Amino acid sequence: MLRSWYVFEKDLRQEFKSRYSLNAILLFSIVTLVAVSFSIGTFSASAEIKSALLWIILFFSAMSGLAHVFVREEEKHTADTLRLVTDPTSIFLGKFFFNLFLLLFLELIVVPLFFAVMNFKVAHTGIFLSVLLLGSTGLAAGATLIAAIVAKASAKGALFTVLSFPILLPVLISGISGTKIAVTSDTFQAAGSEVQMLFAFSVVIITAALLLFDFVWNE
Amino acid sequence: MILFFQITLYIWMTLVILAAFLWAPLAGGLGEYTRIFYFHVPVAWLAVLSFLISAVYSLRYIRSRQIKTDLVAEAANRLGLIFAFLATVSGSIWAKVSWGAFWNWDPRETSIFILLLIYAAYFALRSALDQPERKAMLSSVYSILAFVTVPFFVFIIPRIYASLHPDPLINPQGKIHLEVRMLITFISSLAGFTALYFWILVRNINLIELKLNLRKTEK
Repeated sequence: MLRSWYVFEKDLRQEFKSRYSLNAILLFSIVTLVAVSFSIGTFSASAEIKSALLWIILFFSAMSGLAHVFVREEEKHTADTLRLVTDPTSIFLGKFFFNLFLLLFLELIVVPLFFAVMNFKVAHTGIFLSVLLLGSTGLAAGATLIAAIVAKASAKGALFTVLSFPILLPVLISGISGTKIAVTSDTFQAAGSEVQMLFAFSVVIITAALLLFDFVWNE
Repeated sequence: MILFFQITLYIWMTLVILAAFLWAPLAGGLGEYTRIFYFHVPVAWLAVLSFLISAVYSLRYIRSRQIKTDLVAEAANRLGLIFAFLATVSGSIWAKVSWGAFWNWDPRETSIFILLLIYAAYFALRSALDQPERKAMLSSVYSILAFVTVPFFVFIIPRIYASLHPDPLINPQGKIHLEVRMLITFISSLAGFTALYFWILVRNINLIELKLNLRKTEK
């Protein structure tokens, strides 16, 4: 656990030196948000469409930046050193926490902006926040493992989205559905199945990723 | 022996086609288009079976690291892609006459579409990797990861979103009850298609073995 913290800290320091991923996903999401807002206007879209748009913006922003944690190691040829220094599980957890951190940081900026620009209101903040948090966990976990796969292939950028989309679609579907419920309903029970689904998906994908990561990393 | 099997299968499939169009009665109150049931369901079943076989062989690859198991997984995936495509097309034709549109994102349509996406992504990943061992390992991992998420599409999403898809086998209390002649036709069609599938798969495995032997003798 301590080792995964070191990996996390290393990635964080490296990130603040170059700010490559952060700039990429932040600017990407802001550009998408502006494009969406500009093209459909503030008041014309219904709450259903807005919650779908929010998740699409978050998903594709994540796709634009989350692969970088492993691609960077391969491109700068630092992967072998990392392989010598610590075990695969801590590397996976460290990279996963870093991606989760990146995604939550992005949401901290983009979600309030989305509320302001799109005139978006939620009835139940608890549902909205838990759906967002659990959804980000699932997205970050799936994306981290696929990033490790993609880092060893050619045509990385396009391949990352292509590989991630079918795997992470349950997050997208129940995230959108949960957000819709958060807009209309005021009891937590209404979103029960969505929250359960997101939680179950996160647990399953993290477990599978921890078991499979060893094979990808030491290939 | 093989010739005998081929001739039997040929006659069997001919009888199944004749029975499906001429002998089996129509499902209660519904039109001629219900006859697609005898072809659509076996094909869809083979797509899922193929996916299962490929996941099993991928798991065997990451345990044994024998290149043959990975090539079998690839062959199963290729067959699965063909059968998933056939299931999509036949289902879509049925949806046009029954629901009025070729495509309307019913949960069943969503899940088969995801299956197609996963297969396509699998081959995209394979083509982006050059080194044979790396290709085998990474695509095996992806295949297993994709398989882990399938229960979410098959069981959980249709529960959240109401589906109009008839499930006479999965749901015996449903409205459609099969008559004896329909049941016989359906079961023999299922058996015929499964035999056909395994025959193609065994042929593929033979081909893989021949190729590996050839490569060995060339060295």
